[in-house]
Amino acid sequence: MSEPDTGGGERQAGAAPLSAVELRVNDQVRRLELDPRTSLLDALREHLRLSGTKKGCDHGQCGACTVLVNGRRINSCLTLAVMHEGDEVVTIEGLGAPDDLHPMQRAFVECDGFQCGYCTPGQICSAVGMLAEVRAGSPSHATAEVASSRISLTDEEIRERMSGNICRCAAYPNIVAAIRGIAEGGAA
Amino acid sequence: MIGQPVNRVDGPLKVSGRATYAYEYWDAGQPLYGCIVGATIGKGRITRIHTENAERAQGVRMVMTHQNVPVQGVRDESVQFEYWRAQPVLTGPDIHYHGEPVALVVAATFEQARAAADLLDVEYTVGRGRFAFAADDDEAYIPKVVNAGLPTDTAVGDFEAGFRAAAVRVDQRYTTPYEFSMPMEPHACLVEPRGEDLVVHVSSQIVDAAQTSVAATLRMAPERIHIVTPFVGGGFGSKLGVHAETILAALAARVLGQPVKVALTRQQIFQLVGMRPTSSQRVRLAAGRDGKLTAIAHDVTMHTNPDLEFAEQTAATTRSLYAAPHRLTSHRLTPLDLPRGADVRAPGEAPGLLAVESAVDELAHALGMDPIEVRIRNEPTVDPERDVPYSDRHLVDCLRDGARRFGWEHRPATPASLREGRWLVGYGMSAAIRGHFQGPTAVQVRLEADGTGVVRTDMTDIGTGTYTILTQVVADGLGLPADRVRVELGRSGLPTSWGSGGSWGAANSCAAAARACAALREKVLVAACGDADSPLHGRDPAGAHFGDGSVRIDGAEGASQALGEIVARHHPEGMEAQGEIRFMGDDPNYSDYSIHTYGAHFAEVGVDADTAEIRLRRMLGVFSVGRVLNPKTARSQLIGGMIWGAGAALEEEAVVDSRSGAFVNRDLAQYLVPVHADVPDVEAVILDGYDDKANLLGAKGVGELGICGAGAAVANAVFNATGLRVRDFPITIEKLLPGLPDVDA
Repeated sequence: MSEPDTGGGERQAGAAPLSAVELRVNDQVRRLELDPRTSLLDALREHLRLSGTKKGCDHGQCGACTVLVNGRRINSCLTLAVMHEGDEVVTIEGLGAPDDLHPMQRAFVECDGFQCGYCTPGQICSAVGMLAEVRAGSPSHATAEVASSRISLTDEEIRERMSGNICRCAAYPNIVAAIRGIAEGGAA
Repeated sequence: MIGQPVNRVDGPLKVSGRATYAYEYWDAGQPLYGCIVGATIGKGRITRIHTENAERAQGVRMVMTHQNVPVQGVRDESVQFEYWRAQPVLTGPDIHYHGEPVALVVAATFEQARAAADLLDVEYTVGRGRFAFAADDDEAYIPKVVNAGLPTDTAVGDFEAGFRAAAVRVDQRYTTPYEFSMPMEPHACLVEPRGEDLVVHVSSQIVDAAQTSVAATLRMAPERIHIVTPFVGGGFGSKLGVHAETILAALAARVLGQPVKVALTRQQIFQLVGMRPTSSQRVRLAAGRDGKLTAIAHDVTMHTNPDLEFAEQTAATTRSLYAAPHRLTSHRLTPLDLPRGADVRAPGEAPGLLAVESAVDELAHALGMDPIEVRIRNEPTVDPERDVPYSDRHLVDCLRDGARRFGWEHRPATPASLREGRWLVGYGMSAAIRGHFQGPTAVQVRLEADGTGVVRTDMTDIGTGTYTILTQVVADGLGLPADRVRVELGRSGLPTSWGSGGSWGAANSCAAAARACAALREKVLVAACGDADSPLHGRDPAGAHFGDGSVRIDGAEGASQALGEIVARHHPEGMEAQGEIRFMGDDPNYSDYSIHTYGAHFAEVGVDADTAEIRLRRMLGVFSVGRVLNPKTARSQLIGGMIWGAGAALEEEAVVDSRSGAFVNRDLAQYLVPVHADVPDVEAVILDGYDDKANLLGAKGVGELGICGAGAAVANAVFNATGLRVRDFPITIEKLLPGLPDVDA
């Protein structure tokens, strides 16, 4: 599927030239004409109306805006949409739907890994990206043997690697339990 | 269903990003974007605002300043609670605190609004502001009452004489910093004009307050304001009332006749929603050698905004915590030109218990007695200041159960005596207590002709689990499976509640829902038993049992009929009943009994013997909260509160620049809140219970109890690890390092 999205025509009247960008978001090609100052986060939320990706601080300090770009987790508030021509973006909506949840999403429900739910999409995208980093052998501050390609995913590893995602409800122990369960089950 | 660890019914929406928060509605089409411009001075006056460049900028629709803002209602102090009062903005050229809004810039896109906001040129005359807090300030004054209408001062017996005469005394001053709620969802509002009305999508804890406050500010009839807030991305007190983003979005939407949305930036949240006041607390404890307290005094001085008084009830729980014949509590306020103090999770108890429960640990140390034993020896039989019985006090049970589970017997009896490798290890504990409140709340329960139950109230779910526990209560109340119950919350026009706050939301709304179910069961039985065509005709409703979507009378030998069938026959439009809970002041139980929740916190910390880095190793809380509606969601709230307590002990501190009145560390990289790596194993255990004085369900609040005393348990563990007592919170490396003991590995 491919359809242009000019962001609502009239709102751009008299505007400076817009930049065209084509993203592949949740398996759909999306062509956007954007103010080049638009962050990837705002492109998702305000132009594609995928508001599952949250704006918590807009400064890369809270992780609520975490999405997967080409399989890697990033803070979508810290990058401009026009820098992602051709990139594959997966948001929380792309991971699963209420009646067809991703295993990580289901684990968060089961373990009560959230309360208000606002940081949750970022936590979940981050957790999925994080497990891929561990599988790829990428070490962290908590890794005992940084030269080893096999990383043992201890709770300490999970906590260290997830510390870019703040949860003010402080569901942290439940989030770690959800991630641990998925990691042990190998479902994500 | 009640008491079962049911998963959150709104969970699938939240984990899939389909739960819609205030800023995220598109039903009115493309909204305009507003950006707030804040004052760059802390005190003074705007002499001129150059709006031309901003107005000429691309996409800009409006620049609203004090010079063109529509007439607004004034804050009316005769309205009982702050959150229901008008909250006018851009009221004039005077600047009262750093970051106070001086303009709203509205444009077609967020990028345009933000860029134009930067073009606004504001000239100021800088005034002389008072920004630095000092506990002994000559201007400190006595507020008429403190928060929640509690008395400012109390006195029992003869404190001075009792204190002088005692064998063992503690007399210490503790200070706590400015702290912020910092919910992850920024305070946000999207306002859509609809004819003469405004639809206000806002992140709010109390729908009725938001509606009343917006209406009073815009001088509109409340019924013309339609609040929508089905999901709230955390509140922790900071969304009890509406703030500048809401009022400005509403004013702009009305002027422009188009939807407008405004969110605070994370930095603006540090300026525009209020914070927990900074406090200086003198705690004096006197006891005999037997550990029995003879005198307790808790004297608190805090900052307040000079125009918008807020007196946190920091000494209030000290009045009910321990027995002692001679007692004093007091609250004093020092006016500073800073934002208004505000309710931040566990207002009063959080900073108050941090100080008092540290002081009790100091007393135990001075007595050479186990801190649990000291607390047990001072367990009161009646509320020592109100002289009424406790409704359901299980503090000692929590202490004993927690000690056993935590392995308290392994605590090093001598501070700074246990070393494990690099780490000095210590154990600490604290008691927890929090008052339980009840407020007027109405809930309607309906049965539809298809046999589904519908729960309707303007109560909110701010992450507390309201959707889930109301589902459970009504599933039980009507004998329906949980998936046949639908809960509608967070919208004006629904029966009015006291919203989420003060840990009262669950008990208020669930007790009212249980009442509604009882009334609805009556109606159903009257209809069915009086219906000649019903199998239940003529049977005695006293023997009725509601279950599996049917009502059965006289057991297996009797007869049953499906609820949907009864409704379809008699009221195809649906049957409904309303249940209500009244204000605690009108409920004699709340004057005849001292109604609280209780707990005991335990913490183990490691302090690096060389660098003084403090690492929390584990925490346990054991709580008594009456009946638990849902142990899964209740545990989550308690754990969250405990982690807040750890944050208050070790991390959180907003720092004011005493020259400008600005919070210098106003973002989440510099105002430190606990993150994953700070949080080890944290467990919460809830004792079985039922408080028959609280309400018909026997349930009390849990949302704030977890934070009460949790920080003191951590602080006491740091003392146990190092022998160093830091009384200036948070406890950070530079405060420990100079005195770090030399302990052999």
